[in-house]
Amino acid sequence: MKLNTNSNVYTICYAAVMVIIVAFLLAFVASALKKTQEANVANDTKGQILSALGYDKAAIDVGAVYAEKVQDNVFADGELKPFEGNFNTTYGSLIKNGELHVFTATTAQGEPAYVIPVVGRGLWGGLWGYIAVSETKDKVLGTYFYHESETAGLGARISEKWFQDQFIGKPIFGTDGEVALTVVKAGAAQAENEVDGVTGATLTSNGVAAMVKDGLTAYKEFLGGAGCTAKDMFERIEEQFEQIEEEFESTIEESEQTDVEQ
Amino acid sequence: MSKLFSDENKAAFTNPLNVNNPVAVQVLGICSALAVTSQLKPAIVMGLSVTVITAFSNVIISLLRKTIPNRIRIIVQLVVVAALVTIVSQLLKAYVYDVSVQLSVYVGLIITNCILMGRLEAFAMQNGPWPSFLDGIGNGLGYAAILIIVGFFRELFGFGTLFGYNVIPQFMYDAGYQNNGMMVMPAMSLIIVGCVIWAHRAYNKEEVK
Repeated sequence: MKLNTNSNVYTICYAAVMVIIVAFLLAFVASALKKTQEANVANDTKGQILSALGYDKAAIDVGAVYAEKVQDNVFADGELKPFEGNFNTTYGSLIKNGELHVFTATTAQGEPAYVIPVVGRGLWGGLWGYIAVSETKDKVLGTYFYHESETAGLGARISEKWFQDQFIGKPIFGTDGEVALTVVKAGAAQAENEVDGVTGATLTSNGVAAMVKDGLTAYKEFLGGAGCTAKDMFERIEEQFEQIEEEFESTIEESEQTDVEQ
Repeated sequence: MSKLFSDENKAAFTNPLNVNNPVAVQVLGICSALAVTSQLKPAIVMGLSVTVITAFSNVIISLLRKTIPNRIRIIVQLVVVAALVTIVSQLLKAYVYDVSVQLSVYVGLIITNCILMGRLEAFAMQNGPWPSFLDGIGNGLGYAAILIIVGFFRELFGFGTLFGYNVIPQFMYDAGYQNNGMMVMPAMSLIIVGCVIWAHRAYNKEEVK
């Protein structure tokens, strides 16, 4: 008997059977590999944290070094408490919900440091990173950035060492007590809190700048900020008021001048 | 053995490498030539992934070719390719995590590579599994070759490096040489592909198009 491969019944049955087989196959592969994949992801995340601390993650046993050097904490009610749950591999939603993880660790050079996870958006997809800050919470000791789908050779270069190493030693806060660490156009970095962006990847560089600013601002209570006491705040607000007044006066003067001219 | 490597089978393998190159002659798969070629390494890995997937989807479709209902053949081909790509990307994630991170979305995008659909429709639907396998390997390598040529020039002139290592000596920079930022831009890959096609056609003059 020869099957009529053009009949409707055959076509529909063929499609149905094919879809069922493929669905089972994919479900089987996905569930069989899930554990290995999750272990890989957790290990990779630990490697990224260690990388921000200056370790070469390709050259060390990530699991062992992480267990020895890094402690996962949660910052709540003004103090750090050791984190008890399972190791997290994504921090975006946690930060949004106010669960602020801070890793206490020692860098590859033996300095004590805090590692702060940050998340943001690049040109095509998500960005994330880990920023190691000094014990005094005012300067960067190291960074690690990675991305979901930035363009290879352009935006993807934020994951390269030369870009990340530029942040080392940079102060986090400006004189106004706000996060001032930022990424500017490639080759334009001059101020001590500016870092060169990636050529040809302005939007990704801007994404990193926004991620660093927002990420560190979310941890402002933990980091403290330069002179962030109530008194300093008052002084700063007063200064801003004065500035606004001056601007206001000068605009009035200008408008009066134009009135006279008219 | 002689049958396995008959002239016809040999042609299935060698044609796409030169006179019937999928990128240079058929002008397929241009979009990925643009996306992954700004550096040499992703270009090579992408070329190899496409080679493997084209070969195996060709074999599967060739085995199924007599049972596939004509009206839904494109859908069947697409399902086979998509399933294969998904399995490969899952395996990469489980066993060579670093490579999968490096390729990121581009593994998934292999599904939409028109070279695959083109070969399945034009070759695997009419030929047996072994010639189809050779045809898949040949086309994949033909594609990889162009990607590597483009990646080579873009990385060399765009960054002054190859595989991430500096190859342009410092005294050249001291003498005023600069990396060409244009090379890094996606548009430049199309211009280089254009140059490759030009050179290819000048070399294969007998080709009438």
